Amino acid sequence: MLSMHRRIAIGLTAAGVATSLLAGCSSSGSTSSAGASAQATASGPVKLTYWSWAPNMDQVVALWNKSHPNIQVTVEKQASGDDLLTKVITAAKAGGAPDLVQAEYQALPTLVSNNVLADISKQDGSASSKFAAGIWKQVTLGSNAVYAIPQDSGPLMFFYRKDLFAKYGLTVPTTWDQFAADAAKLQKEDSTKKLTTFSSNDAGLFAGLAQQAGASWWTSSGDTWKVAINDAATQKVAGFWGNLVKNGSIDNQPMYTPAWNKALNDGTQLAWVSAVWAPGVLSGSAPATKGKWAMAALPQWTAGANVTGSWGGSSTAVTNNSKHQDAAAQFALWLNTDPTAVAALVKDASDYPAASDAQSGGALATAPDFFSNQPDFYTTAAKIAATTAPAAWGPNVNVAYSAFKDAFGKAAQNKSDFGAALNTMDQTTLADMQKQGFKVAG
Amino acid sequence: MTQDATGVSAPASVSALPARLRRIGWAPTVGLLAGAVYCLIPVVWVLIAATKSTAQLFSTFTLFPGSGLLSNLHDLSAYRNGEFWTWMLNSAFYAGVGALLSAAVSGISGYALAKYRFAGRNAIFNTLLAGVLMPPVVLAIPQYLLMAKAGLADSYWSVLLPSILSPYGIYLARIYAAGSIPDSLLEASRIDGASEWRTFRSVALPMMAPGLVTVFLFQFVAIWNNFLLPFIMLGDDSKFPVTVGLFTLLKQGAQAPSAYTLVVTGSLISVLPLIVLFLSLQRYWRLDLLSGAVKS
Repeated sequence: MLSMHRRIAIGLTAAGVATSLLAGCSSSGSTSSAGASAQATASGPVKLTYWSWAPNMDQVVALWNKSHPNIQVTVEKQASGDDLLTKVITAAKAGGAPDLVQAEYQALPTLVSNNVLADISKQDGSASSKFAAGIWKQVTLGSNAVYAIPQDSGPLMFFYRKDLFAKYGLTVPTTWDQFAADAAKLQKEDSTKKLTTFSSNDAGLFAGLAQQAGASWWTSSGDTWKVAINDAATQKVAGFWGNLVKNGSIDNQPMYTPAWNKALNDGTQLAWVSAVWAPGVLSGSAPATKGKWAMAALPQWTAGANVTGSWGGSSTAVTNNSKHQDAAAQFALWLNTDPTAVAALVKDASDYPAASDAQSGGALATAPDFFSNQPDFYTTAAKIAATTAPAAWGPNVNVAYSAFKDAFGKAAQNKSDFGAALNTMDQTTLADMQKQGFKVAG
Repeated sequence: MTQDATGVSAPASVSALPARLRRIGWAPTVGLLAGAVYCLIPVVWVLIAATKSTAQLFSTFTLFPGSGLLSNLHDLSAYRNGEFWTWMLNSAFYAGVGALLSAAVSGISGYALAKYRFAGRNAIFNTLLAGVLMPPVVLAIPQYLLMAKAGLADSYWSVLLPSILSPYGIYLARIYAAGSIPDSLLEASRIDGASEWRTFRSVALPMMAPGLVTVFLFQFVAIWNNFLLPFIMLGDDSKFPVTVGLFTLLKQGAQAPSAYTLVVTGSLISVLPLIVLFLSLQRYWRLDLLSGAVKS
């Protein structure tokens, strides 16, 4: 993915050359926007396009189309990730962005600073009561505007192999100290097994763990930003995982690879620090282990505390390109708060809903199939979700994340100092913000 | 596939050599075999992995075939009412029509550059050479901005048009026309009273055919495998080619697992047309060797 960003960057710098090469192909036309929205007429129904990556989103939207004949929404399924962010920003610059986009919370400041998203506080501002304050803050960026409606959330939890924990006599850790003790004990019992791995590919998880420890990577006052990726809380988290990697008590290979799937499947790895959506991933990556897992709250830094971070989660946003922002805002609100819609999101799109009411009962009354041995899965999950620490995102999270991949990738491979990697990440992010022209304090 | 082509012809040429030259050079043979294994292992992996069910994919021995091929094919076809086959048809359309038009444009341009003398010929050719050196990915975003200005973004044209003009194809056609069409033949045609167009169509074009088949194949593979251009250009997933389509299956967000079995099976199917195409057009390449022997 990194290489693609580089290519895109090269592409932008080469724009001048290309313009001259292709001058013959361009026709002098009026600025137009792709997508159905532009073609809507006063007489026919309003047509909206919606870029989303969630599986079966078209089925959820079909419910809306059935009950709202005057506003017809078409889902155009996209691949999730930073590449989509680039695509949306490029399309918006050319006036061709769809009416609605699914956007991860950490992408919102980037989209807002690129002027992609419309402020829908007039239409949907009253929806704030339906969401936890920490989640709502992510879509307002701490301002009076509303840039998106929260869709799903990913509170962090601890997933472990119940059978193997019993076999090796490990206790389910309630603190990170116990977690480290478990990792060391497992090494003594069976050196071929690892408690878990530190994945330098998944900056989102690291961000969530830092969030739990109380980190606040980006803060802003007025138009001045402050970057504090190497604050004391994050240093504590980086040092903790760095030590585990260094003394070999956990693995240092990335997640979401065939090798990782195999390790989960055959029990080489016994636990996974992940989010509420983990059952879906496990059922795809480690189908052989169905019914052998259990979920518990994330280990804490101080015994008796009750805080978690989040990993992933996304929102539904309306773009500035949209010619029908009122209709789009109405749809976004319906999709994420209407009981029928949210039930369909949970059932068909495997979302863990962001709306507080939807986190218990309804479609979440029974545990996910993969965790049928833990019937109160979602009751426990809702309790944990309520303890989520607020997240603070900045306008260049993608840069910070790719700096994380580079710096921590090397550090994990060489089992070297994670603190130095964290400083690199901080400096790279800070330098990029200054280069982009943001006012940065300190 | 090019390795296969040379691999097939190599033994034939070796056997034509005198016996004393037929000693096997062990170092190059081992080197080539290692290269072949290096290239073929991923193909074999895809082939075997496509036969595994979700439960088998990461839990059974890598090179041991599974039992899920039919259900994988069924699931892939069933995915969103056969969306995969729409993507395959789109890819076939982009690559087939794009490569055909590209071969036509390259043929005419290459012929003109090789056989006519006109002002600015070298300037055009040098510009083209610069175009050959520029990777097409660099152009994707500027091309998108242009297409959006022309109101063509997110249409079939937005992927097709940029694929037609291939500097490398024109370059190849020019070299090929210069090498394979004797000037005396064109003069004879003109003396017989053929128009320039007739000369090109009836005399030059048949002689350029092997070169143009090469251009067609190159372009077909390039468009078929292209990712960034359609990724940037298209928003509507029913217009996606198979490369971009499979990517959406792989990245469905954190809460849904990647549909690995579908992607692996889809990748396997998406390679088949390329293999068929190469095998069926290979004989035109052999013709290539003979046509080089025209005396002028």
